Amino acid sequence: MSEIEFLNWVRGPGFQIAVIIFIAGVIIRFAEILLLGRKTNLAEAKGSEMGGGMRTIVTRSVPDKSTLKRSAFTIVAGYIFHIGLFVTIFLFAPHILLFKDLIGFGWPSVPTPVVDAMAVVSIIALLAILVHRMRDNVLRFITTKEDYVVWLLTILPLITGYMAFHRIGMTAPTLLAIHILTVELLLVVFPFTKLMHAFTLVFARWYNGAISGYRGVES
Amino acid sequence: MTDRINNKDKSPADLVQLEKSRLDKTLGETLRSQGISRRSFLKFCAATASMMAMSPAMIPKIAHALENARRPSVIWLSFQECTGCTESLTRAHASTVESLIFDSISLDYHHTLQAAAGHAAEEAREIAMEENYGKYLLVVDGSIPMDNPGYSTIAGISNYDMLMDTAKGAAAIIAVGTCATYGGIPHADPNPTGAVSVGDLIKDKPIINVPGCPPIPVVITGVLTHFLTFGSIPELDHIGRPKVFYGQSIHDRCYRRPFYDKGLFAETFDDEGAKKGWCLYKLGCKGPTTYNACATAKWNDGTSFPIEAGHPCIGCSEPDFWDGGGFYKALSMPTANITETAIYTAAGAAAAGVALGAMNRSKKNSAAAAHSDTTIDDLEK
Repeated sequence: MSEIEFLNWVRGPGFQIAVIIFIAGVIIRFAEILLLGRKTNLAEAKGSEMGGGMRTIVTRSVPDKSTLKRSAFTIVAGYIFHIGLFVTIFLFAPHILLFKDLIGFGWPSVPTPVVDAMAVVSIIALLAILVHRMRDNVLRFITTKEDYVVWLLTILPLITGYMAFHRIGMTAPTLLAIHILTVELLLVVFPFTKLMHAFTLVFARWYNGAISGYRGVES
Repeated sequence: MTDRINNKDKSPADLVQLEKSRLDKTLGETLRSQGISRRSFLKFCAATASMMAMSPAMIPKIAHALENARRPSVIWLSFQECTGCTESLTRAHASTVESLIFDSISLDYHHTLQAAAGHAAEEAREIAMEENYGKYLLVVDGSIPMDNPGYSTIAGISNYDMLMDTAKGAAAIIAVGTCATYGGIPHADPNPTGAVSVGDLIKDKPIINVPGCPPIPVVITGVLTHFLTFGSIPELDHIGRPKVFYGQSIHDRCYRRPFYDKGLFAETFDDEGAKKGWCLYKLGCKGPTTYNACATAKWNDGTSFPIEAGHPCIGCSEPDFWDGGGFYKALSMPTANITETAIYTAAGAAAAGVALGAMNRSKKNSAAAAHSDTTIDDLEK
């Protein structure tokens, strides 16, 4: 297989397979979670579920002071790499083209050097997070193999994307093909791992808030 | 070549005789007889040296080697091709030293350019092969059909047979154009003729791949000059292309690169960005994945190259460039219709999700129904 054939495959059938698994996986998992329902709460409602739920979706995105103090590193590094991921995935011009091709509309991009810097910052943050995780006894104890796999599959597209952009080490078509392939791997495992938190966090937070809202206490 | 066209009424044997006498002349003598001054010849040598990234000290060596080179016999085979490569190489700019170098090689067989036809033409090829066995250069353009030999024949000889037969006595092979180097258009999906490249068939001869649709004329003369000067083939990359010409991508040498780096793109062919000469990535430019000398050597006697003329690079010097999902699809876009795939997948998955949800529910309900209270008696059992 020539490198352009490889590139054509990851842009064609490879991407198609990845998208099918990703979309099917996410929808089926969601349907299963939501259709399972919750136990009827027999207690009398003392407040609104909706108000508390919606508020929590927002408030839980801002760490409270005591949590920030306790695990400042995890929160700061976590935020940095999540913002970095958002910028590199959604605000890089070539990526926006992909979304435009998929959903029919695009949005303005940020200048390429900004994306470039964000990618580097994200990679450093992810590496720091791994080191921190492995050095902390408690964190290491609660980390599963899946967590390491997910970490690897998250950092790989960033590293390969950076290499493809700066054309480091290999020929350009190979670098681009490898970058797209790593993204496809991420898409394939996404619905079946903790990566699903990107979607489920909204629902989980809503439930947390809704429980408090039902009881009439501040969420 | 010009001589030969004027010698239409001569018999093949006469032509071969004429060719022989021309072969005795050195390249320098031929060029002088064509009225090329020493100055313009040295300018050509200097340009070639700088283009091939050689040190200036090599210029006299190139000049000396070219001056004294006996005109090498060249056999040019055209298989499944469009003659675009020949057009590019012979018509591009007739008055330069490069084209005269072409005139000065002994092009003994080229079925588009030669005056002879039929048996006489084939005879010319056979004589050239016999007389220069082991020394002649074989140039091939076009791919070779392997599905049915009848798809492309010359004088009743299949392309495969002619290639294998002629390659035997060749000193080296230059595959010209993307069809000969990587299969090109005939090889594009679904490859109806079973087209393959020269390199797919011949493994025991040095092959220089000069891809492009068509390739830049100056690249061919560069390769020829290298062969005449050093008697060897230039350093090649992993897919057989001379590194001096195919070592850098169009993107890395593109004068519009700063706009890519800044994120300034032309969105359509006639918007403000296009008028300002911004990057053509969004219009499908394959420059980032294409290795060729267009951005530096340029076309039409150094006038410009496609991107300079406002059109994205189509990646013609790379294998399988026809199967990249369309020339106007950006590199970051999928080649298949993903939207359709996504909609069908979502519909199917939603149905599957609802079914699975219903199954889980009924499982939960039946588990609840089967639930019975534990009594003291149970625990004492």
